[in-house]
Amino acid sequence: MALSKELKAIYFISLKDIKSYYFKPPNISWGIIFPMAMALAFYLRNPVGMKDLIPGLLGMTILFGSTSMEAVVITFERRLGSFERLLLAPVSLEGVLMGKIVGGAFFGFIVSCAVLVASLFFFSFPNFNLVLLIPSLVLSSMAFSTLGGFISVAVKEVFEAQTLANLFRFPMIFLSGVFIPIETLPLPVQVISYLLPLTYSVESLRNSLLSHYSSFPAWASLLILAVFSSLLYWASVRVLRKRLG
Amino acid sequence: MESNLALDVENLTKYYNGFLAVDHIRFQVKSGEVFGFLGPNGAGKTTTIRMLCGLLTPSEGRASVMGFDIQKETVESKRQIGVVPEISNLYEELTSFENLVFMGQLYGVPKNQRKKRSEELIQLVRLEAKRDIPFSGLSKGMKRSLTIAAALVHDPPLIFLDEPTSGLDVGSARNLRTMIRQLNGRGTTIFLTTHNIEEANHLCHRIAVLVKGKIIAVDTPEALKKSVQGKSMVEFGMENPNLPDLLDSIKAFDSVDTVNRRQDHFVIGFKGGPPWGSFLLYLQERGVSVTSINTLQPTLEDAFVKITGLDREMMMIEKEGKKG
Repeated sequence: MALSKELKAIYFISLKDIKSYYFKPPNISWGIIFPMAMALAFYLRNPVGMKDLIPGLLGMTILFGSTSMEAVVITFERRLGSFERLLLAPVSLEGVLMGKIVGGAFFGFIVSCAVLVASLFFFSFPNFNLVLLIPSLVLSSMAFSTLGGFISVAVKEVFEAQTLANLFRFPMIFLSGVFIPIETLPLPVQVISYLLPLTYSVESLRNSLLSHYSSFPAWASLLILAVFSSLLYWASVRVLRKRLG
Repeated sequence: MESNLALDVENLTKYYNGFLAVDHIRFQVKSGEVFGFLGPNGAGKTTTIRMLCGLLTPSEGRASVMGFDIQKETVESKRQIGVVPEISNLYEELTSFENLVFMGQLYGVPKNQRKKRSEELIQLVRLEAKRDIPFSGLSKGMKRSLTIAAALVHDPPLIFLDEPTSGLDVGSARNLRTMIRQLNGRGTTIFLTTHNIEEANHLCHRIAVLVKGKIIAVDTPEALKKSVQGKSMVEFGMENPNLPDLLDSIKAFDSVDTVNRRQDHFVIGFKGGPPWGSFLLYLQERGVSVTSINTLQPTLEDAFVKITGLDREMMMIEKEGKKG
């Protein structure tokens, strides 16, 4: 009974966020147009293998879609005071945070699906594996939304959240095998690459769409994404609890 | 714990980085009471309310809300309360109606009752014309009313009101007080924090006075007033109240206990009965013409000043600061 009430509250918190923040033009453009523009820029510089860029493009779309609003939403609501309404409600702190994260993850999932459907019009993927693709998209969305949530609780001001989000996002684009294969990077940089969740997101998506390109077992990528999500969620709860006093 | 207690607080304490904000306070609130928490700014009122609402973790002590421990049964204790924080903090982008429906969702109001309940509350706070206006578009008084409506959405047995009329115009404040009385008339227990002594006097069955994190008195307003009845308060109107050193001269008179200036009047507290003849002669010798004399009953403010030891002038400054 208590669990059912908690789950319902999580659902309503995420639904409210999706309606209020996510499906708004600025957020959609940041979630879709920016990754597309980046992919197009790389394609124009090196116009071979656009199909090979699709998993990376999807990973980037999830990253930007999930974090663009998630990384600021809690900071923003704490500044306005409305976050307190959620804390006053009969929901655990963990539940409130999960509601926020699920909202961002859902948006990341939907925009990546839109990019995927568009990609399917232009390219064929003979090794397309839907059974692997769906958990890859879901776990990537959760991992990046949790990263956004962590950023959002770790800072006090919205501009700090945006700065910190970019500090994570932009290096990840270049270090996670989106455009440049990790194997071609210097060894110390490769170590950093394997510490970044986008690496595992791109690996699992590559496994789902272009299995012959993958250098990493799909199950391992999914497991690592799940571990990233859990650790970041746990850290977010702890940081938020400490901040609230 | 007695079964008719809405709140039972024992040794509740809060430290902020070593600063003792709330110091081992202990009190009980009976179901159906309007309980006032009165104290100057920074006394620890809001910290106390935030601990009781589950927003802050107490450093020491315990409290229960309608029998539910605020730390061990936090979610269930939150379900028992409605909270109106000092700052009206509903969602700016949602309309009045959407805000109430969202609160209903969070508090588990059944789907088939949520919209009906929201409509009823909008009528209760007289915001029918603003039903579909975003919260950001409402006036301060309307925001306050809607925040109260949001606290009532799940029909809680206990409501916390933190400085409910602070910053409101006279009309809005009066409407709000009427609403508080109506709610209490329906059996809802009210926990009211305020620095407005008259508000507490008119609304509360019992009042706790909090100073520097400590409760220094808990009683009915009448009993608190009686605590200063040993003193006679007299208001003197004077033709020339700006004479130099007048205040000090009055204070120097033997049986004068307290002196406060209110515009052209002086409110003077005498130890025992006022020695009319000698005091009027004393004033006359100093060139003061008395134009009116009124004997005053002790007010809750007098009691508050006596209990807290706060200077009246400081209280006025605090009140002005709060309004600003």
